[in-house]
Amino acid sequence: MPDADPALTVRDLTVAYNEEPVLWDIDWTVPAGTLTGIVGPNGAGKTTLLQAILGIETPAAGQVRIFGQSYEAARDRVGYVPQRGSVDWDFPTDALDVVLMGLYGRLGWIRRPGAEEKEEAHAALEQVGMADYADRQISQLSGGQQQRVFLARALVQEADLYFMDEPLQGVDATTERALFDLLRTLQQRDCTVVAVHHDLQTVPEYFDRVLLLNVRRIASGPVEEVFTEENLRRTYGGRVGFLRKNESPISDSASAPNRKEESRA
Amino acid sequence: MLDLFSQLLTDYTLRTVALGAATLGIVGGGLGSYAVLRGQSLLGDAISHAALPGIALAFLITGSKAPLPLMLGAAATGIVATLFIIGVTNTTRVPYDSALALALSAFFGVGLVLLTYLQQHAGAAQAGLDSFLFGQAAALVEHDVVVMAVLGGIALLALLLFWKEFKLLAFDPDFGRSLGFPIRMLDIVLTTLLVVAIVIGLQTVGVVLMSAVIVAPAAAARQWTDRLSVMVALAATFGALSGVSGAVVSGATANLPTGPTIVLCMGTVVIVSLLLAPNRGLLWRWWRQWRTSRRLRQERVLYDLYTLAAKHGAGDRPHEAATLDAMVSGSTRTAYVLRRLAEQGLVAETSDERWHLTDEGLEEARRLADKRNLAPDATIDDA
Amino acid sequence: MSLPQIEIQLVATVVAVACALPGTFLVLRRMGMMSDAISHAILLGIVVGVFIVGTLHSPLLIVAAALTGLLTAALVETINSTGQVKEDAAIGLVFPVLFSIGVILIAKFAGDMHLDTDAVLLGELAFAPFNRLTAFGLDFGPRALWTMGGVLVLNALFLALFYKELKLATFDPGLAASLGFRPRVLHYALMGLVSLTAVSAFDAVGSILVVALMVGPPMTAYLLSDRLEWMISLSAAFGVLNAIAGYWGAHLLDVSIAGTMATTTGLVFGLVLLGAPERGLIAQWRRTRRQKWQFAVKMLAIHLRQHENTPEAARECQVDHLQEHLNWDGPFAERVVERAVSRGSVRRENGHLRLTDEGREVAQEAATQT
Repeated sequence: MPDADPALTVRDLTVAYNEEPVLWDIDWTVPAGTLTGIVGPNGAGKTTLLQAILGIETPAAGQVRIFGQSYEAARDRVGYVPQRGSVDWDFPTDALDVVLMGLYGRLGWIRRPGAEEKEEAHAALEQVGMADYADRQISQLSGGQQQRVFLARALVQEADLYFMDEPLQGVDATTERALFDLLRTLQQRDCTVVAVHHDLQTVPEYFDRVLLLNVRRIASGPVEEVFTEENLRRTYGGRVGFLRKNESPISDSASAPNRKEESRA
Repeated sequence: MLDLFSQLLTDYTLRTVALGAATLGIVGGGLGSYAVLRGQSLLGDAISHAALPGIALAFLITGSKAPLPLMLGAAATGIVATLFIIGVTNTTRVPYDSALALALSAFFGVGLVLLTYLQQHAGAAQAGLDSFLFGQAAALVEHDVVVMAVLGGIALLALLLFWKEFKLLAFDPDFGRSLGFPIRMLDIVLTTLLVVAIVIGLQTVGVVLMSAVIVAPAAAARQWTDRLSVMVALAATFGALSGVSGAVVSGATANLPTGPTIVLCMGTVVIVSLLLAPNRGLLWRWWRQWRTSRRLRQERVLYDLYTLAAKHGAGDRPHEAATLDAMVSGSTRTAYVLRRLAEQGLVAETSDERWHLTDEGLEEARRLADKRNLAPDATIDDA
Repeated sequence: MSLPQIEIQLVATVVAVACALPGTFLVLRRMGMMSDAISHAILLGIVVGVFIVGTLHSPLLIVAAALTGLLTAALVETINSTGQVKEDAAIGLVFPVLFSIGVILIAKFAGDMHLDTDAVLLGELAFAPFNRLTAFGLDFGPRALWTMGGVLVLNALFLALFYKELKLATFDPGLAASLGFRPRVLHYALMGLVSLTAVSAFDAVGSILVVALMVGPPMTAYLLSDRLEWMISLSAAFGVLNAIAGYWGAHLLDVSIAGTMATTTGLVFGLVLLGAPERGLIAQWRRTRRQKWQFAVKMLAIHLRQHENTPEAARECQVDHLQEHLNWDGPFAERVVERAVSRGSVRRENGHLRLTDEGREVAQEAATQT
């Protein structure tokens, strides 16, 4: 069901720690049904942006609208995949239980998950190829497997808009492909996915839209328009020389002669 | 006040107590600095509680209440508890703070068992051992203070001797290892020095409050400086001052126990430092934050004017304050900000209450856009 | 067993279980030392409570003291949130100061109240049967049994109702917040329970030993369980064990019951630490040893395989040569060879080592793994 409202609208969002703004005056819109990557150097405020949108971090100013509603009102339509390092993997619980946590929001306070929920969680584990690990203690899973469990947890939320913080970090190439295919599947189901991404090489391949972030919004929009070397240089401060010539989606031919040639084989 | 000081010089008990408290403050502050910096603030609490069975055991073995054997016993069980904590954290998934809590209370439990056992079997000779719970500064005699001073002096001397090594240990142990320093050994030595600092203070403030002597002066000192050497010196000074004032105040007031009074003095130093210390102090920070947010508001209005100017191709084209209000959604203070900008000569008001950038303002806005890595037309808007 | 003995054990058991329940979450949330801070700081609450109510046995007193516990948690959070003082240092600052104020108040006004610091710090379980709850001329048993029973029920109820929320807020506070479960509210609710439990337990076991009862059994259970439900049940069971064993230890030695309970808690943890089937030190040590031998046998197989059918095979495939090539000392090399032979991957032929087919497979497998 396509939405008339954009999936996400951010207006004038400013978050400040102590002296300096971490995010400054962000205006950003994510149309529904798109796969959007957030890209920027370390300390650009990528995680903070997600957390401010999700109400985990309190912004100093600005507004967030999700499908035209406040976050509180639209909470049921939102799913969140935090960074893998943000939780304690020694916690005494198994993979199935972690997936079940995705259903807690729907259950509300006090009600417990029952047989029906467990079945759903199992189905989600199956979908990410982790059905055999359902009762494995979570510290015994590899990094990629843990990431899949997190994704399964997001799947059972059956949200319309997913926020993912570096979902592909620290996983091997095969898992990365599998996880990415899953994101595409989500998109085909009319879901909107916003993911922080660290690997610039794969941005054009994985995402259709991108937000270039470095405290300010440097640029945002369709990858082929926005993901230019010029914009990247402004995002990363001029030290970008990694795009292969034939791959770089640069529309502005005037900047071509200046392009650095130190591409990697 | 003068009266108190003359008492300090003439009254034997008060002088002894004050000297003892000063010693404990200096040594605790100095070594506490390292404990706080290394994230071991609560290790002091565990060690001091774990000292109780050592004290009881030492008495059980020697039958004497002389300070040296009791302190040695206290140090011995304190070190055993530390090893237990490190061992448990390294070999299991039990978190560090839980290991601390268990060591603290289980060792204390053993101490309690031994104390009650002694009460049943050792008769009157053991009386006074339980004063280690809260300390009994008034019972300090010159000999106690001498032992404290000698042990504390040795600990501080060791700290000075291995200054650079300990600094490396506290800051970047892995790098230290790569330079070939025996980091493990240094760790053991520094922890032992902390144990020494704790056991010499037990008689004065007791096992329960000892953790404040380790943490408070160091935490206060950290607010005033970013240099380790200054921090250690300041912590020792704060420790000594709090110790002496605590001793004097409690000596001059009826029914005011020394240990808790010293701790409250230290607490006061911490509060004052947290609020007032230049640079890190909260009052300063709040002020700076207020200034920053004001500056950000101004930059923002200036930048909005700049954007408008760029759109219309003229820097001095005037706009209404309401237009700017709309750009800064939710803000109604634009008029105030504009007046402040006008005071700085960056904007000017036209006769019909509209605002435009001055030449200086345009220059400033350009500089800002540059600094923030922005050109007004650079963002490709997808809205 | 006499009636008072049974009563003391009952009180001890109830206290232990009541402490173990919130304690499990303290351990998992890495807040074990908050139990120490809170259990000390409540002294101030008790003193202030006594000032207000005038007696040591009033529900209002418990409320006042529990509020001090919350105050401690809030102060620690406030100091920590300034970013100038680390959390552990903040804990180490706050509770001695609050405790000192309590001690000073007692010292100044000791005449007006029947309260001394030793009692708060150490407790005396042996007195529990003497303080009885009577109503309508009937004796309902030790008062402590009823207070602690009430606290136990409250703790159990809270855990039963908010189990899922506590679990989520402990494991993944970010997700809990984004789902609207208010992790901060849960945090303060838990701190409130810890305070309430600590206050109610202080005259039975004293404030320092409450710490042992709160963190000890959950830590022990943590070594043995991979599921939260199981960890909570085991904690409660260890609590009971420590209470009963502690009581009899104290009975035998004629010493403080609280002291022996804490000592037992430490000992039981130590025993489990050594003997736990998977995470115990002995199991870890045996695992490391086994892996060492397995690895060595593999190395031997790979080495032999590399030199199989080569001109230098005669020289390389002697036990003596292993010393030089694999850097093994003589006795170790000999034992590795023995193991390899007994597993059938190597056989000896007049002083030379030869791989069996099985051994070749081992080498092959090891080679493809890397």
